[in-house]
Amino acid sequence: MGDWLSNRTLRRVLPWVAIVIAALVLPVVLPPFRLNLLGRFLSLGIVALGIDLIWGFTGLLSLGQGIFFALGGYALGMHLQLNALAPGELPEFFSLYGVKILPAFWQPFSSPVFTLLCIWVLPALVAGVLGYLVFRNRIKGVYFSILTQAALLVFFNFFNGQQKLINGTNGLKTDTARLFGMLVGSDGAQRALFWLTVVLVIGSWFLCRWLTRGRFGDALIAIRDDEPRLRFTGYNPTAYKTVVFAVAGAMAGISGALYTVQSGIVSPQYMAVPFSIEMVIWVAVGGRGTLIGAVLGAVVINYAKSLVSEALPETWLFIQGGLFLLVVTALPDGLVGWWRGGGLGRLLAMVGRSPRAATYPELDLDPAVAAERRQLEGGEA
Amino acid sequence: MAATPTPLLELRGISVSFDGFWALNDLNLSLAPGELRAVIGPNGAGKTTFLDVITGKVRPTKGEVLFQGRSLVGIAEHRIARLGIGRKFQTPRVYQNLTPRRNLELAVSRRNGPLALLFGRLDSTARDRVQHLLEVVGLELLAHQRAGGLSHGQKQWLEIAMLVAQDPQLLLVDEPVAGLTDEETERTADLLRQLSGEHTVLVIEHDMEFIRDLRAPVTVLHEGHVLCQGSMDEVQNDPRVIEVYLGSETEGEFN
Repeated sequence: MGDWLSNRTLRRVLPWVAIVIAALVLPVVLPPFRLNLLGRFLSLGIVALGIDLIWGFTGLLSLGQGIFFALGGYALGMHLQLNALAPGELPEFFSLYGVKILPAFWQPFSSPVFTLLCIWVLPALVAGVLGYLVFRNRIKGVYFSILTQAALLVFFNFFNGQQKLINGTNGLKTDTARLFGMLVGSDGAQRALFWLTVVLVIGSWFLCRWLTRGRFGDALIAIRDDEPRLRFTGYNPTAYKTVVFAVAGAMAGISGALYTVQSGIVSPQYMAVPFSIEMVIWVAVGGRGTLIGAVLGAVVINYAKSLVSEALPETWLFIQGGLFLLVVTALPDGLVGWWRGGGLGRLLAMVGRSPRAATYPELDLDPAVAAERRQLEGGEA
Repeated sequence: MAATPTPLLELRGISVSFDGFWALNDLNLSLAPGELRAVIGPNGAGKTTFLDVITGKVRPTKGEVLFQGRSLVGIAEHRIARLGIGRKFQTPRVYQNLTPRRNLELAVSRRNGPLALLFGRLDSTARDRVQHLLEVVGLELLAHQRAGGLSHGQKQWLEIAMLVAQDPQLLLVDEPVAGLTDEETERTADLLRQLSGEHTVLVIEHDMEFIRDLRAPVTVLHEGHVLCQGSMDEVQNDPRVIEVYLGSETEGEFN
């Protein structure tokens, strides 16, 4: 006991083993309703990965990821609205407002290829332009956060008020539409979407991993830790921030589209201010700068939310607030950071089940000491 | 130095006003290619502002900065850095959460755009340079540790190594030996002397022993302009310098 806990590689691999087992077993075990919930929460893991990229690695705390999330959702929602129609027909809600001709910007969404591109390219473009203007003017820190929240409110109010364009506050329903010949709301389609979500979460993770591992990732961390220093080394941080903000926007769009088809609706509520703040909380609880923590945070918190809300509907907000406080005060690196840092071993030690004591671990691990020791041993031999 | 025809860096009549306070006041200075120059001055003489003006962090209210005959006023910091001006800060500024090797790899990179970093690889010359620099500053065994865990002296040296990795024509070094041991201070002076010749080096420092070790011409700043210029001995015996230094109790350590 305790020995395996001090193995760093094992600590890194174990969460993955748990995830793979969960991904294989859960679809068989869970009833369709629960599986659908899991799929939705997994899709939220993608927007959380994007937040980890911009916040955890680059230090940009965006409170406006809901913009890009909803844009992706609306792109797919509009396509599905058009999908089921006979030629000349309009989506049903238009008749409520006396709209007779399909608004021009709806037209291209009848093409599945355009829609699939739009789901991620449109949010990436909006994020890229918005980001460029903000970063070029060197707006950062809390001002950046406030600005993103303000932008979120602008988008929310616009989408909420446009009944004649996108059904305003009611949003667009997707369950009764057809996708590849299947009813979107059917169990079969939802199961397929679950698997698609799993594949895309893993794909997004690999993308983020690739972005953060090499020198590009080093530059992001350098921006987070000491941006002026990087400038004086000859780097333009604006370019890096714009790129990474656009990538996070694209991921939010994909996330929003997957969430939309698994929830059956996209509405301006996806741009509500609290929802975008929750996204940040998932990442904080899971662990900033850990990538996998973002996905776990999104899934675990949302699953807990739905379970708690079913049993004790009034208590969830308190639990969520408490979790956030716990992370801010006691676990600054989140659950995954705590786990990787050997937190479980320390916890067991606290209740008396201490792991086998090493000597000064820093001394053992210090490469200079190790080299010296080798030298001494070599000299004696 | 007066014989050199075109200076590498020339500051003409630089004045910087912060809300009416003149941090620099009609400052004139020129550096010949390959020169090693020390800049001293009491606290508040404008030493750091003077570096801020050269590196583009502060825009001068009046005056002109010329680097190889080209004006630097209004050019963004990263572009000035790419023109060949490197800067070491007062407190060691290394990227704490990266390893020394990765710190150097960021500094050594010639192409600094996002795409170049994503898809390009460091060529073998650059990698060799990084390895060589790690050995020079004695960090090869710590190359894979977090730089935040290095000692103060190791961080100072890592930052100097990053500056060298950038291979700038002009190195601006702000208080390189603050907090270093005597031995480290001597080694730093050696290193900077070696660098001059191929590079032009401007050093700002309080430590007079170190300045003497540099064996370089000294420029004295006072209240934002050049008070006098000359060898260490000349400067030390200049009555104006003595007055300025004795006037401020913090810097009275002249002997």
